[in-house]
Amino acid sequence: MQHLLLNIDAGTIDWSRAQFALTAIYHWLFVPLTLGLAVIMGIAETCYYRTKKRFWKEVAMFWQKLFGVNFAMGVATGIILEFEFGTNWSNYSWFVGDIFGAPLAIEGILAFFMESTFVAVMYFGWKKVSAGFHLASTWLTGLGATISAWWILVANAWMQNPVGCEFNPDTMRHEMVDFLAVAFSPFAVGKFFHTVISSWIIGAVFVMAVSCWYLMKKREQKLAVESIRIAACVGLIASLGAAFTGHISGQQVAQAQPMKLAAMEALYNGGSEQGLTAIAWVNPFSQPNYEEQQSPAFKLDMPYALSIMATNRPDGYVPGINDILNGYTRPDGTQEPSVEEKMQRGRLAIQALADYRQAKKEGASEEVLGAQLSTLKQNMPYFGYGYIRDRSEVVPYVPVNFWAFRIMVGLGCVFILYFAILCIMAFRIPLLSVITRRLLSSLGLVPETEADSHNLTNLPAWHYWVPIVLLPLAYVASESGWLVAEFGRQPWTIQDMLPTWAAVSDLNAGSVATTFFIFLILFTTMLAVEINILLKQIKKGPQS
Amino acid sequence: MPKTNFLHKVFHLYYDGFRNMTLGRTLWAIILIKLFIMFAILKVFFFPSFIGQHADEGDEPEFVASQMLDR
Repeated sequence: MQHLLLNIDAGTIDWSRAQFALTAIYHWLFVPLTLGLAVIMGIAETCYYRTKKRFWKEVAMFWQKLFGVNFAMGVATGIILEFEFGTNWSNYSWFVGDIFGAPLAIEGILAFFMESTFVAVMYFGWKKVSAGFHLASTWLTGLGATISAWWILVANAWMQNPVGCEFNPDTMRHEMVDFLAVAFSPFAVGKFFHTVISSWIIGAVFVMAVSCWYLMKKREQKLAVESIRIAACVGLIASLGAAFTGHISGQQVAQAQPMKLAAMEALYNGGSEQGLTAIAWVNPFSQPNYEEQQSPAFKLDMPYALSIMATNRPDGYVPGINDILNGYTRPDGTQEPSVEEKMQRGRLAIQALADYRQAKKEGASEEVLGAQLSTLKQNMPYFGYGYIRDRSEVVPYVPVNFWAFRIMVGLGCVFILYFAILCIMAFRIPLLSVITRRLLSSLGLVPETEADSHNLTNLPAWHYWVPIVLLPLAYVASESGWLVAEFGRQPWTIQDMLPTWAAVSDLNAGSVATTFFIFLILFTTMLAVEINILLKQIKKGPQS
Repeated sequence: MPKTNFLHKVFHLYYDGFRNMTLGRTLWAIILIKLFIMFAILKVFFFPSFIGQHADEGDEPEFVASQMLDR
């Protein structure tokens, strides 16, 4: 059978992917700070509501001001992604738009009505509405942003694990048959909690960085110390929450996207009792020779941890790249077909679809049409494999997945440790604070006297630099998570259903490259403007 | 109509709020410039609907089929 789509320009595919990656990465610089700062400003205003102290109103207004700057710069950056769907990814948009478009539309409506309504009350309503209504508006602004995130993540979760749909060969569209299956799929729920909670880490680290800068400059010390206490709590809860929800997400990936898990782990050959790789040498610049190598060089793993992560059992079976390519027996005894078998069935599905459409145009009998539809339906789960030319194409680029996963998890562990120590120091937790102080002072990391080590305003200067250094790393961790999610799904735009080269529009590569560079300039300018305005407002400080 | 009317309150919330903005004026200017660039320039000149340009209304399935099955 003739291979399909061989004559599409590879440059078009790669520039379209690069453009979507660029715009999504930039969009994700603004969103997590919105979600994270929403929690901080909500807590600060709750303290004002409960204590009626003017100080807490100033704290709340200060963080709301910075929230507003980030919100204004980030608003509508997501719309660019929707432009790209219609132009660069038109086959994708038509093929799955009935399902994918619905959550995006709901997100747009919710964002417009809920966030915009309550953000206006939050900023304009201090002297116009009651304290209780204003507090509710502040929390509802954050909730609106969070609910918007839910719907976007429902759409992305559906790309990773398409459920609740049936293909209509007459309209060439997948149609939603079960809205609840899409909106509340376990994949969507897991992804939502992990993504939102990890955003709270960014909010907490941001507040830490700003507060520590104030402490370094010996100004706004009370605001800084109280904000540090809030950020420490939020950061610790969020760090631990991100680890727990990451474990849930890992199990879901093991179920629905075993190749992604294998790529994340550089697991060439799987089995039972698999260890989780802490570190190994995976060349960052080239795809490893997974068919000939047993495992990456210098591999250091945590025994049984991968099996536990994937299956909740230390003897759980985890397939490697070669197992997925060659086919394997699942723990329940059923057989996972090899990629070659899937490719064959995918070609049958595509041919059946083409034959059905041609036969229908020619007025063929119901019997003929029924036979072709039956072939299509039987092989539809492997439709996307019909576009695969070589089985190596179903293996994602291992180095990016491997290193991005390690960066994300490694930094996640750093944040847990950092916020745990911070909570102990900031809240002077009995016994723990003594142990921590003695340990840290024996290492020369904190002053020796108890009074000095508990006084957040009088610590050695390097303490205040830690969150400032951690802030960009928090963004790196967050973006690394998205790299794992999206690179790990390659070559699929929709898992197993539509590879990138079938999803993309047949555009001139030059035009896609042009818009890539337009976006690069536009978004970099916006980011520079935001950082400039934020720094000016931070230097200005809270208004009395 | 009494000045405590709900619609009056909503109107004055926005009217007074926008009038008294300081930093907000800068942010709104940035938002409006950004939206203009996105919708009046990028969308119009660089991001037309690919299927809308290549297929008549009602013929979209045939066009997409030709893109996905007959290339």
